[in-house]
Amino acid sequence: MQLTTNKKQNKKTEQKINIKAALTLATTALFGGVAQADTPEEDSWEFDTAFLLYSEVDRVSAGEAILNAKKTFSDEEVLNLKLTIDALTGASANGAVAQPNVQTFTRPSGNGQYDVVAGDTPLDDTFHDTRVQLNAQWTQPIATDYSASAGVHISKEYDYLSIGINGNLGIDFNQKNTTFSIGASYFQDTFTPEGGIPKPFASMLIGDSSSPSWDDDFAQTRIGTEDDKTTTDMLLGFTQVINRRMIIQFNYSYSMVDGYLTDPFKILSIVNNEGLAQDYVYEQRPDQRIKQSAYVQSMYHFDTTVLDISYRYMWDDWDIESHTIDSRFRIPLDGGSYIQPHFRYYQQSAADFYAPYLMQSKFELQRPEFASADYRIGEMTAYTLGLKYGMTVNNGHELSFRLEYYHQAPSDAGFEAPSVLTNEDLYPAIDAIIAQVTYSF
Amino acid sequence: MNKQTILVIIASILVSGCSSLGVQPWERDLLAKDEMSLSSSPVDNALDDHIYFSKEASSGGKGFGGGGCGCN
Repeated sequence: MQLTTNKKQNKKTEQKINIKAALTLATTALFGGVAQADTPEEDSWEFDTAFLLYSEVDRVSAGEAILNAKKTFSDEEVLNLKLTIDALTGASANGAVAQPNVQTFTRPSGNGQYDVVAGDTPLDDTFHDTRVQLNAQWTQPIATDYSASAGVHISKEYDYLSIGINGNLGIDFNQKNTTFSIGASYFQDTFTPEGGIPKPFASMLIGDSSSPSWDDDFAQTRIGTEDDKTTTDMLLGFTQVINRRMIIQFNYSYSMVDGYLTDPFKILSIVNNEGLAQDYVYEQRPDQRIKQSAYVQSMYHFDTTVLDISYRYMWDDWDIESHTIDSRFRIPLDGGSYIQPHFRYYQQSAADFYAPYLMQSKFELQRPEFASADYRIGEMTAYTLGLKYGMTVNNGHELSFRLEYYHQAPSDAGFEAPSVLTNEDLYPAIDAIIAQVTYSF
Repeated sequence: MNKQTILVIIASILVSGCSSLGVQPWERDLLAKDEMSLSSSPVDNALDDHIYFSKEASSGGKGFGGGGCGCN
C-alpha cells in the first residue's frame, strides 16, 4: 500500500518535473545559448506565470499573459527572462464631447464612419491590438558590495515597435544595510498608426467615404505614415534597513521623452457659443516632456503581518503633478496561505494644454500651439480596491488570485461650459475590474 | 528652494543619519522573507504598471517608467 502511494507520488513529482523541464528547455531554446551555462543546482529555474483580465464597463477589455523565468547561478548571477503577450479590444474615448444630437466621426484609418447617439461620450469602438514583449535581464556581483545589472526590451504591436536597453549599478554599505543604486534606460519607439499621422489641428474629414475624391481628401489631413520617440530615464535609489522589522527605499527619477508624443487617434470638439460642435480637429502635444518623480516605499513586518506602503510624487514640464499612495497588507492564514488587501489612491492635475473642447470664436482668432482633450492628461482622481488570496500548493508552488476594482473620476479643472454642454457629462467616470491568476513554480 | 535642493538635503540627512541604523547579519530572519522584499510580487507590479501607464499621466517611480507600448 505504502509502495503504491510512493509510486503515485513519484509519478506526480515526475510529471511536475517534466513540465518544468519542458519549460526550461523551451526557454533555453527561445533565448539561445545564454541559458546554457553549467549550474551546480539542477532545478534552479523559477517560473512565474500569470494571466490578467482587465475590463472596463462599456469600454476597453484587455487580456495579458506573462511568463517569467528566473535562473540563479552558483555565484549569485541571475538571469531573468520575461515574455508578455496582451490583446486589447473595445472602445476608447476619441476626445470629442457629448452633444444633444447624433454625431458622426471618421475612423482613424479613414475607412468608414461611426455614429454616436445624443448624450453619449464619443467612443471609437475599433480599438484592437495584440502586443508581444520580451525582456531579458542579467544581474551579477562585480566586486565585494557591488552588483551590476543590464537588460534589453523589445515590444511589438501591430502599429508600434519599442526597443529598449537598461543598466543599473548597486553599491552596498554598512553590512548591506544601506544600498545606493544608479540606473539608466533608453527606449526607441516607432509608431505607425493605422491611417497615418494626422496633421495637427486639421479638421476631421467627414462625409461620403465611398466618393472617388475621398482618399485624396483624407490624405490632405495626413503628414506622414510613421513617427518616433525616444525615452531616456535615470533612476537614483537609496535603500536602508531601519531595524529587524523595517526597510525603506527612496528613489528619484528623471525621465526625458522626445519626439512624437501626440495621440494620432484623439480629436477635440470645436464648439460655438451655445456649445454645439461645429468641427473636430486632431490634437497636438509638445514634442518633449520631462518628468521627475520622488518615490518612497516602506515594508514593515508586524508579528505575523506585513505592511507595504508607498508614495510617489510626480511632476513634469506639462504642468502635471500627481500623487500616488499604494498600500498592501499581507495577512497570513493557516497552511502557508494568505490574504492581501490592496488600496491605491491616485490624483493628478491637468496638463497646461489640456482642454475638454475648444471654443470656435477663440480657435478661429488664434489657433493654440498645443491642445488635447485626452482625459488621461486632464484632472482626475482614481482609486483601486483589491484583494489577493495566495496559497501554497504541492511542492511549495504558489497559486494566487487577485480581484480588484479600479475607479477613475476625471474632474473639471475650471473650464466654463457653454449652455448646451452644461447638460452633458463632460467628465464621465470609468469603472474597471481587474482579475488575475498567478502560478509560481 | 527648488525641489532638487530639497531632495539633496533629504538625501544628505538620510545618509548621515543612517549609519547607526540597520541590523546584524543574524538579525535578518524577517527581512529575508520573500514577502519583505521591496518587489515582493514583480509580476503584479509589471501588470499594474502597464494598466496605470495606459490610463494615467504618470509612470515609473519604483522603477523605470519608460516607453514600451503605444498605450499612452
